[in-house]
Amino acid sequence: MSESMAAQPLLDVRDLRVSFRTRSGTVDAVDGISFTVGRGEVLGIVGESGSGKSVSMLSVLGLIDNPNCVVEGEVIFQGEDLLKLDDKELRRIRGKEIAMVFQDPMTALTPVYTAGWHISEQIRAHEKVSKKAAHARAIQLLDAVGIPNSTDRVNSYPHEFSGGMRQRVVIAMALSCNPSLLIADEPTTALDVTIQAQILELLRDLQSEFGSSIVLITHDMGVVSQMSDRVLVMYGGRLAEAGPRRALMRDPLHPYTWGLMGSIPPTDGTRVERLAAIPGAPINPSDPDRDRCLFSSRCGFASDACRPQPGLVEHVHGHLDACVLPYDQRPALRLEALTTVMTESGASA
Amino acid sequence: MAALVVLILIILMCLAAPLYENYVARTDAFTSNVNGTYVVDGQTKPVLEASTEGLGLGVNPIGPTWSSQFFLGADNQGRDVMARMLFGGRNSLVIGFTSAIICCVLAGIVGIVAGYFGNAVDAVLSRALDVLWAFPVYLLAICLSVVLINSSLTIGPVTLNSGSIILPILIIGIVYVPYVARPIRGQVLSLREREFVQAAVGAGAADLRLLRREILPNVLPTIIVFLPLMTAINMLTESALSFLSIGVQPPDASWGTIINDGVGLLYTRPMVAIAPGIMLAITAVALNLLGDGVRDALDPKARLRGGV
Amino acid sequence: MWRFAGKRAIAALLVLFAISVLVFLIFFATPGVDPAARIAGRNASQETLAQVRQSFGLDQPIWVQYGVMMRHLFIDRDLTSFVNRGAEVIPQVQQAIPVTLSLVIGAAVIWVILALVMGVLATAYRGTAIDPIIVVLGVIGVSLPVYWLGEVVNLVTQSRLHDTIFAWVPSLGYVSLSEGFGPWALHLLFPWLTLAVLYAGIYARVLRSEMVGAMNEDYIRMARAKGIGEWRVLLRHALRTSLIVVVSLFGLDFGALIGGAALLTEVVFGLQGIGKLTYDSLQNFDLPVILACVLYAAFFVVLANFIVDLLYAWLDPRVRHV
Repeated sequence: MSESMAAQPLLDVRDLRVSFRTRSGTVDAVDGISFTVGRGEVLGIVGESGSGKSVSMLSVLGLIDNPNCVVEGEVIFQGEDLLKLDDKELRRIRGKEIAMVFQDPMTALTPVYTAGWHISEQIRAHEKVSKKAAHARAIQLLDAVGIPNSTDRVNSYPHEFSGGMRQRVVIAMALSCNPSLLIADEPTTALDVTIQAQILELLRDLQSEFGSSIVLITHDMGVVSQMSDRVLVMYGGRLAEAGPRRALMRDPLHPYTWGLMGSIPPTDGTRVERLAAIPGAPINPSDPDRDRCLFSSRCGFASDACRPQPGLVEHVHGHLDACVLPYDQRPALRLEALTTVMTESGASA
Repeated sequence: MAALVVLILIILMCLAAPLYENYVARTDAFTSNVNGTYVVDGQTKPVLEASTEGLGLGVNPIGPTWSSQFFLGADNQGRDVMARMLFGGRNSLVIGFTSAIICCVLAGIVGIVAGYFGNAVDAVLSRALDVLWAFPVYLLAICLSVVLINSSLTIGPVTLNSGSIILPILIIGIVYVPYVARPIRGQVLSLREREFVQAAVGAGAADLRLLRREILPNVLPTIIVFLPLMTAINMLTESALSFLSIGVQPPDASWGTIINDGVGLLYTRPMVAIAPGIMLAITAVALNLLGDGVRDALDPKARLRGGV
Repeated sequence: MWRFAGKRAIAALLVLFAISVLVFLIFFATPGVDPAARIAGRNASQETLAQVRQSFGLDQPIWVQYGVMMRHLFIDRDLTSFVNRGAEVIPQVQQAIPVTLSLVIGAAVIWVILALVMGVLATAYRGTAIDPIIVVLGVIGVSLPVYWLGEVVNLVTQSRLHDTIFAWVPSLGYVSLSEGFGPWALHLLFPWLTLAVLYAGIYARVLRSEMVGAMNEDYIRMARAKGIGEWRVLLRHALRTSLIVVVSLFGLDFGALIGGAALLTEVVFGLQGIGKLTYDSLQNFDLPVILACVLYAAFFVVLANFIVDLLYAWLDPRVRHV
């Protein structure tokens, strides 16, 4: 690896725009976002459903199977723009360099094939190895992701695994070609809470063992706080806030992030009557009124200044957000936001 | 929509059969007309000529004239094929439609009862359906027809004469019950588990009220979707049975019997067999398209397997 | 898997038993129908009737009658036709079986291959002109009377165009496979095609809708994310999971064919199979032959369903443990 390569980020997304042509005009699911993923870094992308977090990562690998979808921008991966590659060249990257883990392990495996078959298929798609060798590696991988009795379980069908075990199989499959980037799209959402923690721990262990970078897509601030190095907060297909995990968790800047964090139960033992929820519904991507801060329709601090859309501003090193509120008053405003929500929910309860 | 228009046109045509018989063809579609004559270009010709082809057996009826009399020619008894086809269409349509109604009603009852009451009732009914399901429709229909056609059936005070078209209606209506009952049973089973039904159960609603207020309204669309499709399948089955001469009995006609009449004349007067087949195919296509349309309108997920 | 097969085999035997009882009841216990008169045929003499009553134990309780009948059919195999002056029934049936199986299996092979090709192409090129073609073929397939289509095929190949482009078509009838594959296949070609046309469209349609549904599943997106080729995604993932539905459909149709549509096709194309035998016995109400044909056909139907059940379990590991 040359010096210049090492200095470059593994994945460099520049002004990515994903739009769908519909009968009522074009809808921007992802509206010009830019970010990077460094080597060995874990990047968390947080947002409600419909915020464009999954779509942006699917579009990176050309996995959006919709003829009405237009992807623009640049996605530089190891010096190549993925958006300029044709399907055949992309296949070389998919699964080998960039692997994905999807949300629902119940449906992510083709029901008629065994765990070993799935893993072997991926290995043999990218490497010239015999069926036997691939099978042996499948057993090792199942071992590595903590599936007991892997020599027997390799011949089990998806329906014979529990949800958590199935997600482990999917992770084993994703890691089978030693990818440099693993995209995990809500990997724990469909699982029981106790299993969630196990899977996150597994991902963290594997990350340190295999050294892959991870993009962790989730709607759960708790998940992000457990394992990412850096966090992106997305709303309505745009970046609301981005920063190192510690800074972002301690001093969240954007009112939307405040809302997201209010949705996690406090871990210090105080009981709250009710978790604060962000009022209103997530913005509809087909909303035509887009030249404004999209969160302003749900924000308690919205004003005329929220239009046009404020740009991303870097406040502290590496910590950016797109909000017009004065930077130095944010902590006080956040406290105000919290108490308002509390009293409101108290009143309605 | 086009399918519905075509269907209505065909029904109207068949309803007009007596008018056609009396005023256009000026003939009697049901009595033998072996010695009949026909005037063409001022010359009087016999409707039937002794056949000169083959072994010299049989007759060679007049071919299609494409004019008011003997539009499609005559059959081997000298009867006007066009007039018979219109009358035959009435029987085919009536049998297909009424047997479809019988089938859907029976299947609805069986499916709802089996799915709703479950347990032993379901087990008994489902096994019975399984046996019927494994039993090829045509064989079952043939068995029933062989026994019932040509001898009358007496059930209590009702006696059905052997030639009655009620027999094929009943036979066809019954043999297809499993095809409709099984999906309905499955639907009722899943309905029982749904929240709104559970809520009604929790509220203490009686069985009858539940069935009427919650189950039936949800099952009805499925039954309605099946109706045109079963009508098409039943018409084809009726025609097949009639073709095997165990359906509609002569001198009565249906499209199946006319095709059967036409088989003997296939190489000399193919129109006798072809015309009713085309009518049957058009009607069945229209019914199937109608069924597809109704299904798309009511329930895009449902799927039905095709018959023969 | 073996336990599953065992269970299905027992279930199949039970169904077969139930069918035999049902058929027996239809023929021997329908109210107002005298089975002796039915078996003896039309205008039978008093002696024949007495002979029939004695031979089938008709003066005895109904379950004894059932036993006697099954004995004649399956154990002694000496069921005789009264209409046809003492002709043994079972040998006729045994002669007819290979004809029916040749017809049905050959047609099935053709329509399944056609349907697979059309269904996969329609999925790969969905939204193009292939789609409406398959819809039309499917609707026509379920709407045409098979015997009528057969007659039209006969009209064209045996009469109207027989002197020109179809001069190579042999006359109607069946030639045994023992006389060579060529003549056998040539004699069966048009019967096969007639049947296959009716089924290929609807199968392609079902397969397409299953596959298009499968293409929206998560596991397809996962398979793409693994970096495997689009055709492999289509064939090994979407097609493979969609086959399950097609196979269960096939089981039903195969059974229905042996018991019904094949009958009509055999009649039309003059093939001396089970169906033609049934038809001929229908013409003179030869009840023992009808009974034997129906039960033998039912046996093959149940056998076909049993094989399909096993195939189903092989295709779909989820049902093996049920």
